[in-house]
Amino acid sequence: MAEQLLETGSAAGRGQILRLEGVRKSYNVGTPIEAEVLHGIDMTLAAGEFVALIGPSGSGKSTLLHLVGLLERPTAGRILIAGKEIARLDEAGMTELRGRTLGFVFQFHHLLPEFTALENVMMPTLIERGRYDQAMRDRAKWLLGRVGLGDAMAKKPSALSGGMQQRVAIARALAVNPPMVLADEPTGNLDSHSADEIFALMREINRDDGTAFLVVTHDARLAGRCDRRVELMDGSVRT
Amino acid sequence: MPFEWVLALRFLREGHMQTALIVAGTTVGVAVIIFISALMNGLQASLAERTLSTQSHITVRAPDEAAMPVLDRAGQAVAAHIEPRVQRLRSIDQWERVFRELPAIPHVVDVSAIATGSGFAYRGNASKSIALIGVDPQRYRRIVKIEDKIKAGAYRIGPGEAMIGIELAHDLGAAVGDRIRVLSSENRDDVFRVTGIFDLGVRDLNRRWVIMPLRSAQSLLDLPGGVTHIDLTVDDIFSAEAVAQQIAARTGLTADSWMAINTQLLTAFKNQTMTTRTVRLFLILIVALGIASVLVVSVVQKQREIGILRAIGASPRRIMKVFLIQGGIVGGAGALMGSGLAALMIYGASFALRQDDGSALISGRIDASYYLSAAAVALLTGLLAAVAPARRAARLDPVEAIRYG
Repeated sequence: MAEQLLETGSAAGRGQILRLEGVRKSYNVGTPIEAEVLHGIDMTLAAGEFVALIGPSGSGKSTLLHLVGLLERPTAGRILIAGKEIARLDEAGMTELRGRTLGFVFQFHHLLPEFTALENVMMPTLIERGRYDQAMRDRAKWLLGRVGLGDAMAKKPSALSGGMQQRVAIARALAVNPPMVLADEPTGNLDSHSADEIFALMREINRDDGTAFLVVTHDARLAGRCDRRVELMDGSVRT
Repeated sequence: MPFEWVLALRFLREGHMQTALIVAGTTVGVAVIIFISALMNGLQASLAERTLSTQSHITVRAPDEAAMPVLDRAGQAVAAHIEPRVQRLRSIDQWERVFRELPAIPHVVDVSAIATGSGFAYRGNASKSIALIGVDPQRYRRIVKIEDKIKAGAYRIGPGEAMIGIELAHDLGAAVGDRIRVLSSENRDDVFRVTGIFDLGVRDLNRRWVIMPLRSAQSLLDLPGGVTHIDLTVDDIFSAEAVAQQIAARTGLTADSWMAINTQLLTAFKNQTMTTRTVRLFLILIVALGIASVLVVSVVQKQREIGILRAIGASPRRIMKVFLIQGGIVGGAGALMGSGLAALMIYGASFALRQDDGSALISGRIDASYYLSAAAVALLTGLLAAVAPARRAARLDPVEAIRYG
C-alpha cells in the first residue's frame, strides 16, 4: 500500500512519505495572547524510515506530531503526506487520508475501554469499511498474535497491563496497513523492561513491513537506536 | 452492523446504570402518556354513553317554518316588521322516503320514526302534563334502551297499551295494569293500560314520558300516517355531528346531533382533552430533557474516546450519528417498554377502576393507535433530544481530547 500511495505522489515526493516545508503553527491567532509554537519547520521522512523526534518539554514535539497526524492545520507552510498537499484537502479529505495513511500510538494507550482488544484493533478498519467482515477479523487476530497477545484477544483494556495495552495500540495502528505510524511517547508510561520490548516490536515491524515510524520520545537511550534523530528546540529544528 | 450502530450499542451497554435509568424514565413517561389518554377517553366514553342512554345520537325533524317576507321589485322588504311564525305540530314531509334513505348514509346504524307532542294524563282526580311519545317498539328499543330501565311490568306496548315514567306513575298513583286517560294538545283522547314503568335516571323524563304505539300517537296528535321525528344512532358517537350535517344537507331537514344538544358536556370534554394534552406535552418535555442530559454527560465522559475515534479516521458526521442513534435507541426502547407497561396498567385499571354500576371505567382493549402515536413521539423525542449532545460530540477538538489522557 505504501508503494501505491508513493507512486501517485509528485516527482518531488517520490520516496518520501512525509515532507514539511516552512511549517509554522500559532495559537490564539489575532488575539493579544497569540503565540507561535513552531517557527518554520523543514523536515522529511523517507518511506520505511524510523525517526525519533526529540526535544525538551514545550519544544513543540506534540504540536508537530498533531500537524503531521492531520489533527490540526498549520498556520503557514506546506505539509505533504504520501505526496498529497494537505492544504488542498477539506475536513472529509483529511479524515480519509488520516484513516488510510496514518497509524497512531499514543502515550496513554488510548484504547476504547468498552471494546475488547480484538475489537479495538479492528476499529480503524471498521471505520473505513463501515461494517465488520471476516478479512478484518482475520487481520486483527494476526496482528494481535504478532504483538504477542494471541491469548488476550477477548480481554478488555482494563484487564491488560500497560505494556500489553500499548501492544494492542500498536496492533491497532497497523490495522489498515498504513505506510507511516506516528507514536507520541509510546513508552512514556512503561517500565524500562516493557519500554524496551515495545521499542523492539516497533523496530521489528519497521524492518519487516517497511512501515515508516515517527516516534516522539524523551528517552535518549531509545532515540539512539533509531535510524535518525530530529531534535526540536524552542519550536525550531536543531541540526 | 454499521460502525455507528456498533459504537452506539456498546456505549449504551457499557453505561449500565445511566442507560437503565434513562430508559426507565422514558418507559414511565411513555406508559403514563398512553395510560392517561386511555383513562380520559374511557371517562369521556362512559359519560357520553350515560348521556346517550336516554336520547338518540341524531334527531331528524321538519325544518322550522319561517315567514316569507314580501319583497318589492328592488328586492326590498315591503313590511317593516316580520312576525316570527308559530311552529305547528306537523309531520316530516314524505317521511317514509327519508326513512328508507337514512340507513344508507355512512355510520348510521339504527333508525326509528317517532310521533311526539304534548298532552295531559288523567287518573281519578289527578292530571299531569305529559309528553306523548309514539314509537315502533321493536325499532325504538335499539335507539333508547328502555328495556334495561323497566322497574315494573315489561317492555311491551300493543294497541291500547303504554309505558310511563316512574315519577308519573307515582303522581297518578298508577301501577302496572291500571288504566290512564290521555288527552292530547289536539283535544283528542284515548285510554291506555300501563304495561311498564321505567326509570331513565332523569326526573324530568320520568315525570313526563308516556310511550305508546306509533298509531295511537298519530291519531291523538291528528297526524294520520305522519311522524314528527326520526331518531337514529351512529356507530361512532363522536362522528354524530358530521353525520347530522350530512343528513341535513342531503334531505333538507333539520338534523340535531347529541353534540349540538349537549354543548356543555362537549365543552367539558374539550377541556379534559386540553388538560390531557398539556400533561402529555410536559411529560414529553421531561423525557426529552432526561435523554438530553444523560447524553450530554456521556459526551463529556467519552471526550477522550471521541478524540481517539477521530484520530483513527472517524469523521465528525459519523461521531454525531453515534449519539443520535443512542438517543433513538433510548427513545425506541422506552417506547416499546412503555407500551408494555401501559398495557399492564390499563389491564390492571380495568379491574380496579369501577363505575357505580360495577362496569369497568376503561376497557382492557385500547386502540393500537394510542401505542403507535406514543411510540412515535418517544422515538422522535429521543432523536431530537440527542441533537445538541451529538453536535457537541462532533465539534470536539480531537487534539484537546487526546492531549490530556
